[in-house]
Amino acid sequence: MPELKFIAVAFAIGVAGFGAAFGIGRIVAQAIDSTGRNPEAGGKIFNMMILGAALVEAIAIYALVLSFMMLK
Amino acid sequence: MHVSVAAEKIFSIFGIPISNTVLTAWVAVFLLAFFSYLATKRMQTVPRGMQNFFEWAIESLFGLVESFFGDRKQTLKFFPLVATFFFFILVSNWMGLLPGFGSIGFYEHETFVPYFRSATADLNTTLAFAMISVIITQIAGIMALGFFHYGKKFFNFSSPINFFVGLLELISEFAKIISFSFRLFGSVFAGEVLMVVITGLVPYVIPLPFLGLEIFIGGLQALVFVLLTVVFIKIATTEMAH
Repeated sequence: MPELKFIAVAFAIGVAGFGAAFGIGRIVAQAIDSTGRNPEAGGKIFNMMILGAALVEAIAIYALVLSFMMLK
Repeated sequence: MHVSVAAEKIFSIFGIPISNTVLTAWVAVFLLAFFSYLATKRMQTVPRGMQNFFEWAIESLFGLVESFFGDRKQTLKFFPLVATFFFFILVSNWMGLLPGFGSIGFYEHETFVPYFRSATADLNTTLAFAMISVIITQIAGIMALGFFHYGKKFFNFSSPINFFVGLLELISEFAKIISFSFRLFGSVFAGEVLMVVITGLVPYVIPLPFLGLEIFIGGLQALVFVLLTVVFIKIATTEMAH
């Protein structure tokens, strides 16, 4: 049944999107929190936050690429 | 809607197929070389114009990389590689947003083949970058710590647990290649697809914030690729804690 692939793609992206959003939300929340406690380290904290967010976002991007391939 | 994950071949030279991403990569290389030439002919101690702009760009990047390495000599050793990655990936990502990319092409068996496509929207390019990055990391570790000392990170026979940890480290090196390549490829390719879909729905005004998003993502992914390379080189060249 070729229609099932749409459900598969939607499920993949949905779960990956949820995981990524949750993870990045936590990273940024911690970054904001620690910047509030120690404003001088703001630059370093921002750099590490960007790095961490990119690592988490990569997982969602794997799901995106796989879903494009599934749609073919 | 015609989005193909693989890059399409547009012509061949002596039997070697040339795809639209290879053509775009040549254009990017030519652009970078041309602007570098413009910036460095007749260099002056007090820079003006193009030289001034490039000095600012390279100094900012150098400062950022140095803050991650923590050591100026190591930064000087790896900065040419890292800066080349940054500028080439940045130019490639942003070139895909210019008008004409993905829209000017020809028809072949009823599918549309664009002449130009961002070089980093091709898994081959990003895979090559990822492999270069990870292999240079291993070489940096071997140069800094010696072959056997660095090899002990992966093949550690002191206890069964350490053996499995070493094996996991080895697998994670390969996972880094996949991760680097897919992160860059996925961002740029998904950005292209997003632009096609949005422009297909509402061609006027609405694509503007999405173009802004694409510019931001392109810059961010170039920066992240470079920063992760720097971080892994730093990890590979520091002495393991016992």
